[in-house]
Amino acid sequence: MANTYSKVGEMTTNDGVPLKISLQRSQRKLKLWAFLLVAPLLIFITISFILPVVSMTMRGVENPQVANILPNVVDALYVWDGVDLPDEAAYEALVIDLTAGRKNKNIGKVASRLNYERSGMRRVISGSSRKAAKLKEGPYKEQMIKINKAWGDVTTWSLIKRESGAFTYSYLVAAVDYKITDQGDIVAKSEEKQIYKSLFGRTLMMSFTITIICILLAYPIAYLLATLPMAKSNLLMILVLLPFWTSLLVRTTTWIVLLQSNGVLNDILVWMNIIDDSGRLQMIYNQTGTIIAMTHILLPFMVLPLYSVMKTIPPSYMRAALSLGANPVVSYVRVYIPMTVTGIGAGSLLVFILSIGYYITPALVGGQSGVLISNMIAYHMQNSLNWGLAGALGFILLVIVMIFYAIFNKVIGIDKMKMG
Amino acid sequence: MAIPIYAGKLERTWYYSYRIICALIFLFLIGPILIIIPLSFNVQPYFTFTPEMLSFDPAGYSLRWYEEFLASQEWMRSIKNSFMVAIAATILATSLGTLAALGLSRAEMPYRALIMSILISPMIVPLIVSAAGMFFFYSSINLAGTFLGLILAHTALGIPFVVITVTATLSGFDHSLTRAAAGLGANPRVVFFKVMLPLVTPGVISGALFAFITSFDEVVVAIFVAGVEQRTIPLQMWGGIREQISPTILAVATILVAISILLLTVLELLRRRSERQRGLTPS
Repeated sequence: MANTYSKVGEMTTNDGVPLKISLQRSQRKLKLWAFLLVAPLLIFITISFILPVVSMTMRGVENPQVANILPNVVDALYVWDGVDLPDEAAYEALVIDLTAGRKNKNIGKVASRLNYERSGMRRVISGSSRKAAKLKEGPYKEQMIKINKAWGDVTTWSLIKRESGAFTYSYLVAAVDYKITDQGDIVAKSEEKQIYKSLFGRTLMMSFTITIICILLAYPIAYLLATLPMAKSNLLMILVLLPFWTSLLVRTTTWIVLLQSNGVLNDILVWMNIIDDSGRLQMIYNQTGTIIAMTHILLPFMVLPLYSVMKTIPPSYMRAALSLGANPVVSYVRVYIPMTVTGIGAGSLLVFILSIGYYITPALVGGQSGVLISNMIAYHMQNSLNWGLAGALGFILLVIVMIFYAIFNKVIGIDKMKMG
Repeated sequence: MAIPIYAGKLERTWYYSYRIICALIFLFLIGPILIIIPLSFNVQPYFTFTPEMLSFDPAGYSLRWYEEFLASQEWMRSIKNSFMVAIAATILATSLGTLAALGLSRAEMPYRALIMSILISPMIVPLIVSAAGMFFFYSSINLAGTFLGLILAHTALGIPFVVITVTATLSGFDHSLTRAAAGLGANPRVVFFKVMLPLVTPGVISGALFAFITSFDEVVVAIFVAGVEQRTIPLQMWGGIREQISPTILAVATILVAISILLLTVLELLRRRSERQRGLTPS
């Protein structure tokens, strides 16, 4: 074939295409194939998971109510200087918007939105909208102030102006226990109204405690499992894997049964005369109960990575340290434990990430003092219906988890994770 | 790790106390799960052992909570729902996940790390955030309170487990085996079905089991996405524990423990089979 020798020194395929280009072409084809295999799942996860989660956290900054329901007011306030009361045009716009909002039955949304910023605004808005509909003709300024004296207050107008943008940082500010004053300054809420900061603190503190307890409990048994002969360790492994595979609710139920004041553990303690029948211990529906139950539930996530690391450490290292004269404790602390640090790291981050976002167990056994940040998000989703605040709290929680996950990925690598 | 004969007194004490510590930790792990089994046969509606039970008097035991469970239409419906949703979610997650794992394990795959992070994100994002997001999403497309919505939501949660287990199996796959088969005259189709698939299957099945248990055991998303018609076993338990905890829940819990023992056994058998097939003997 003549064209095979088209250029001196350049390798070509049988068809005369330079080898480099041909390789690139086939590589591109393979790349496309690999991507096509992944594409269906990638699209599915992006649409049904990533976008919903992003849009949920976006609710923490979105602010559509005032702009959509009071559009004329927003326009009229655009040129307002914010010092004196706005002029008649703004009051007229207010009457138009309140009347329209009442007709479209969406005035309640803006009422509750403004109520989050200042309590009492719900009454101001819905009361005024009812009465504004009855107003015949202008000028409206005097009449509106008569209906509710809040309309004669500059701060009411500056609040509306402040929340007229498409985005707001007020939920995020509220989620870390700060508030925006009438003057627009961000200040800390009064001591007794601060709940979220201490809740985040408690969530982190309890996750940390659970992680430490898990390390202390997992280390001895992982070591035992890694050093016993295969037949025995496989048998003992079942004791770790069975809880791992058992329903979360079953495990939470058993702790309720065990720890409640008429439960098995208290009965045993009374029977052994350790405590009095009247002095039964309150071990559940508080922080203690949450920590015990969550430690039990998350312990396998610590044992499994530790075990798989310890499995790879040859026993000869310890023997070498011993024969070189180190005493058993020193050789264990200086030789063995440093080799298991990656396992401790993997297990700890896993347990910590999981416990930060825990919801079910704290909700069932946490009582008042044992609930975590997830429970507060659920409360705002289901009970107070303050979805903006739920979004802001969710966003902060997500950021915390992402930071720890990034560390996890950097240090251990997600693809090295093993299960079961 | 048997104790040597020459061990001193101190070593002996340490050896036995270490064993006792380990036994206590194992007891902490398994004890609570085992204790509900006898309690579920209690004739009294108490959550503790009655004197009759402790003296092994047959009159102290009964099947009444199991009968109550079997007679309850709500529980029966939740069982049906749970299996239906979990099986459908498992099939979806396993097929999509295995396909993706085949692509991800190819050397030519572009942006592997990024795509991997996206695919396993349902495992990382706190469940309450996922649940709230999915609630808004499925409400907006009118799938909240439907079986399809719940199945799709559970599929997303199960996918990371399938992707991780199957890519792990594929990364341990010895490609010289396919080359050997091809060299011995097998065509690509035969190579895939006769050589590759049997070796990868255990990974796919264990991924599927993970996806199944994820859906079967899932509550948080179900609370937000499922309606009354779609109540699953965990949802029913969640409601039961929050309102008035009845010993029927212990009967259900015992049955669930039996199911997890079954799953664990299947997984263990698969692991052994896969080790045998790869020519690895348990060391």
